[in-house]
Amino acid sequence: MDGIHDMGGRDGFGTVVAEPNEPPFHEPWEGSVLALQRAMGYAGAWHNDHARFARERLPPQVYLTSSYYLKWLLAMEVNVLERGLASPAELKSGHALTSGKTLKRKLTPVVVQDGLTRSSFFRQPQGPARYKIGDGVRARNIHPKTHTRLPRYARGRRGTVELCHGCHMFPDSVAINLGDNPQWLYTVVFDGRELWGPDADPTLKVSIDAFEPYLEPA
Amino acid sequence: MSGHDHDHDHSELSETQLRVRALETVLTEKGYVDPAALDAIVEAYETRIGPRNGAAVVAKAWCDPAFKQVLLADATKAIATLGHVSRVGDHLIAIENTPKTHNIVVCTLCSCYPWEMLGLPPIWYKSAPYRSRAVKDPRGVLNDFGVSLPKDTEIRVWDSTAETRFLVLPMRPAGTDGWSEQQLAEIVTRDSMIGTGLPKQPGATS
Repeated sequence: MDGIHDMGGRDGFGTVVAEPNEPPFHEPWEGSVLALQRAMGYAGAWHNDHARFARERLPPQVYLTSSYYLKWLLAMEVNVLERGLASPAELKSGHALTSGKTLKRKLTPVVVQDGLTRSSFFRQPQGPARYKIGDGVRARNIHPKTHTRLPRYARGRRGTVELCHGCHMFPDSVAINLGDNPQWLYTVVFDGRELWGPDADPTLKVSIDAFEPYLEPA
Repeated sequence: MSGHDHDHDHSELSETQLRVRALETVLTEKGYVDPAALDAIVEAYETRIGPRNGAAVVAKAWCDPAFKQVLLADATKAIATLGHVSRVGDHLIAIENTPKTHNIVVCTLCSCYPWEMLGLPPIWYKSAPYRSRAVKDPRGVLNDFGVSLPKDTEIRVWDSTAETRFLVLPMRPAGTDGWSEQQLAEIVTRDSMIGTGLPKQPGATS
């Protein structure tokens, strides 16, 4: 979706300000939110792309004014409710009123390292890769209403395939519960002037990692 | 320093805390999560998983050309050979800075970051100013960090739009000949592995 989360190239947000000696968490609840997300991900309650899509659907004004972990919390509540893992009454009361669904597995202290290590996104190819390194490609001018990982600034722009990462699960399908739908994944590099016009920094090159359905020959 | 939670008014904080507690309690009572595992995750990010992991990898690559070669070919596989660094998932890619090219990593769509190597992303990495400008005006962003590169250096920005994760391998500073891996790891900063900074110079006070 063409949401507020797709920030590449927008003007007006100001300078980047780093916080010296930034702690891992500014409040204990932030750690709780992160840990809940990890544990629910490990349990197979939802996928990363469900979490991302839920954040992308937050109203723009909420997205822009909520802290990072508050956005995570709001998106987690969305996924808990949408996936029927708890009811609105339960979240409101702060207690379970019925027993839970059966999930794939449960993160326990013994296996906590597994919850901290990323799982593999490789999947069996459904067919041969359409592009090879060095091929010219154009990012499609598409505007799906649902989750996609093709940023707007690249759409319609011509680039070159630089790396092929194998076949991965496809976020656009996963986020709307259509399964892994494995797709070939490429690093596609664009000249800065192709993206930002003739006045762009001539030394700039920008790459995205693009799934095959995002691309057409060029 | 604006925009952080501690700047919010107290009532909003309390409301958020209550919501988190409610969610955690419900998910625990439903049997989905184990509070002891939640504590272990928080503890891991507070004590174990941080830029030291990445710095050890960079220092090793500076000292060991064979390791560097494997790292650049398949970073996940290379790091699996190091006993002292915790294992990493698939799809980690190391990208090398050279006199010709400087690499910068961003996630314009959310906050993708090599957590296993660098720990939790700093707030600036997740912020609108960085996500919006890194792909369009990276030299301006570098300037925000006090970094200035030669005019003819190619700036290569890697937007982490899939589940690939990028770790910048910065250039080893001059004047570090004969240093041990441990000494070298001390000068590898987090930002130098994102591309918004450079390693500390030998003799410079941090």
